[in-house]
Amino acid sequence: MNDLILDIKNLEVIYKTDLETVKAVNGINLKIGKGKTLGLVGETGAGKTTTALSILRLLPSATGKIINGEINFEDTDLLKIKEEDMRHMRGNKIAMVFQDPMTSLNPVMTVGDQIAEAIKFHNEELSKEEVEKKVDDKLLMVGILPSRKVEYPHQFSGGMKQRVVIAIALACEPDLLIADEATTALDVTIQAQVLMTMMELRNRLGTSMLMITHDFGIVAKTCDDVAVMYAGEIVESGTVEDIFLGNKHHPYTEGLFGSIPNLSTRSDRLTPIPGLMPDPTNLPEGCTFAPRCKYSMDVCKKFHPKSITVEGEHSLLCHLFNEKIMSQQMEGKYE
Amino acid sequence: MDKLDISQDKKDSGQMEYKRQNKSKEIFRRFRKSKGAVIGLILSAMIVAVLILGPLFIPYEQATKQNFDNITVSPNSEHIFGTDNYGRNVFARIIYGGRTSISIALLASVTSCIVGSILGAMAGYFGGKIDSLIMRSLDIFMSIPDILFTMAVVVALGSSFKNLVIALTIAYFTNYVRLVRSQVLSLAEQDYVEAARAGGAGSFRIIFSHILPNAMGVIIVNVTLNIGKIIIYESTLSFLGLGMPPPAPEWGLMLSEAREFMRTAPHLLFFPAGAIVLTACSVNLMGDGLRDALDPHLKS
Repeated sequence: MNDLILDIKNLEVIYKTDLETVKAVNGINLKIGKGKTLGLVGETGAGKTTTALSILRLLPSATGKIINGEINFEDTDLLKIKEEDMRHMRGNKIAMVFQDPMTSLNPVMTVGDQIAEAIKFHNEELSKEEVEKKVDDKLLMVGILPSRKVEYPHQFSGGMKQRVVIAIALACEPDLLIADEATTALDVTIQAQVLMTMMELRNRLGTSMLMITHDFGIVAKTCDDVAVMYAGEIVESGTVEDIFLGNKHHPYTEGLFGSIPNLSTRSDRLTPIPGLMPDPTNLPEGCTFAPRCKYSMDVCKKFHPKSITVEGEHSLLCHLFNEKIMSQQMEGKYE
Repeated sequence: MDKLDISQDKKDSGQMEYKRQNKSKEIFRRFRKSKGAVIGLILSAMIVAVLILGPLFIPYEQATKQNFDNITVSPNSEHIFGTDNYGRNVFARIIYGGRTSISIALLASVTSCIVGSILGAMAGYFGGKIDSLIMRSLDIFMSIPDILFTMAVVVALGSSFKNLVIALTIAYFTNYVRLVRSQVLSLAEQDYVEAARAGGAGSFRIIFSHILPNAMGVIIVNVTLNIGKIIIYESTLSFLGLGMPPPAPEWGLMLSEAREFMRTAPHLLFFPAGAIVLTACSVNLMGDGLRDALDPHLKS
C-alpha cells in the first residue's frame, strides 16, 4: 500500500542512569523508500547508532529507553510487537552490519558456521546440505572462495572479514540493511571494494539501506537521500542533489562541507565548526546548534526551530528559513 | 591482497568440491603438537589402563584382607609397594583406591563445572535481578566454610559414592560461577554477540554458541586443576571419617592413615602421594594441551 520500507515518526530515545538522563535522539523523522538508500550523516555522538539500534530494538536494556514515537517497518510498528516476533525480524527482515569487522565475528567459530547459523535462525526447515549450499552461495556472492568457509576469522584480512559480515547480514536476504559505519574501520582501498560489493548486492537483491556514516564521499557515491543529524535531531534532510547541489543549507551542513578539503582551491587551513556538540544531558533551550552557529540570532537561543520544507523533500530545522520568524526578527520581536 | 583473492575465487569457482576438515581430527592434530599434552595423555591413559585392568590380576580381598604377620613391610618382590599397618597390600589398595578416588574426582569436577558454568553464564548474561539472586545465594553458600558444608551434606545423606560426588560438587561449583560470570560479563559486550543478536539469535543460542566457547580455555584449565584438588579434598573428608566407608581403600584415606608411620614406613606415604601427584600432573598437562588445541588462533 505504501512504497516506504521504513517510516520513523517522532522517535525519542533516552539513556537513563541513576545520575543523569542522556537525550540521545530527540524526535526524529526518517523515511526510507523501497529499494532506496538513505545516508545518515553526523558527527560522533549525534545519535546515529542509537537510531540504528532502536530500529532493531537492541538498545542496552538497562539504560536505553524509547520514550516516544513509531518505527513503522512496512506495515508493522516495531515498537509494538512482541520480543519473539522482533527476534524473527532481526536478521530475517532487517539486518545490520557493524562498524568493526575485526570484532564482529566470533573468533572460535568457523566463518562457514557463522553464516550457516544466521541462515538456520530463520530457516529451520532446511536440511544440512541445503544450508551448506546456501553458505557457499553467500560466500561466492561476496567474492570469497567457498572452500575457505572452514577457516576461522583470524585467517582473513580485514576487508574479507567485513565481506563475511556482509554475507552474514545478507544471509536471509533482508528487506532492509543497516550499515553502521560499515567501512570506517577499513583503509580506503578496501573501503572502496567493500562499498562496491555492498552496492552491487543492493542493486541485485533490491535491498533498501540505511547507510550510517560521517563520510560525505560515501554518501555522494551510494545514497539516494540524505539526513544530517546533530545532537539527536535531523537538522537537514533531502535528496543527494538537494544536499550536495542545493543552495539552501542548515548552517551545520554548511559547516560540515566547509571542513572537507577541496582539491580545486588552495587553502592553508580548513574551516572547522568552532566549539563542541552540546552535552546531551543538558541540551540548550533553543536551537541545539545555536551556540556554535555563526548566524545565531536572539530567537535561536529562546525557541526551538520547527522543520521547514524549502523545496520538494528538502527540509531544514532552522529559523533562518522560516519567513514568519525572520520577518518578526527584523521587527525586533519573536513569537 | 583482497583483489588477488577475488581473482582466485573466480578461477576456482568452477570446482566447488573440497574436503570439509573433520573438526575433532583437527583439534587432535593441534593437540598432538604440544609435547606436554601428549605426555599427559599417555600418562593418563596408562593410569586408566592400570586401574581398569588391575582388578583382573589382583582380587579385591588383597586390598582389604588384614594380615598381622606382615605389617608395614617395605616394598619387595611379593608386595611391590609393600604392606600397610594392617598388612594389606598397598599396590592393591592403590589400584582399588584409585578407581574410587579418580572417578569421584572426575565426576565431581565435571558436574561442578557444568552447574557452576550454567549459573555463572546466566548471572553474567542476564544481569539485574537474576544476577543478584544467583550471586547473593552464592554468597550464602560461600559464607559457610566449604568443609563444614560438605560435612553437613555427607552427614545428612550418608557417605556413599553418589553422595560424595554431590558434596564435592557443592563445595566446588561456586568457583565456576564466579569465574564464568566474570568471563561472560566481558564477552557479552563483544561486538560479535551484539551482531549475533542483530541476526536474530536468542539468549540461549548466544550463551551456548558464542559466549561459552570463548570462555572454554579458562574453564578447562580450571577443571583440570580441580581434579587434583578434589582428590586431596576427598582425603580431608576421609580423614574426618566422612569418605567412603572403610575398609574401602581411597588415596586420601591411605595418606592420612600413613601419617602415624611416616618415620618407620615412609613407603606408606610415598605411594598414595605419588599416585595423586602423578594423576594431577598428567591431567593438568592434558588440560593445557586441550586448551591450546581448542583455540583456533594457534592453528597453523
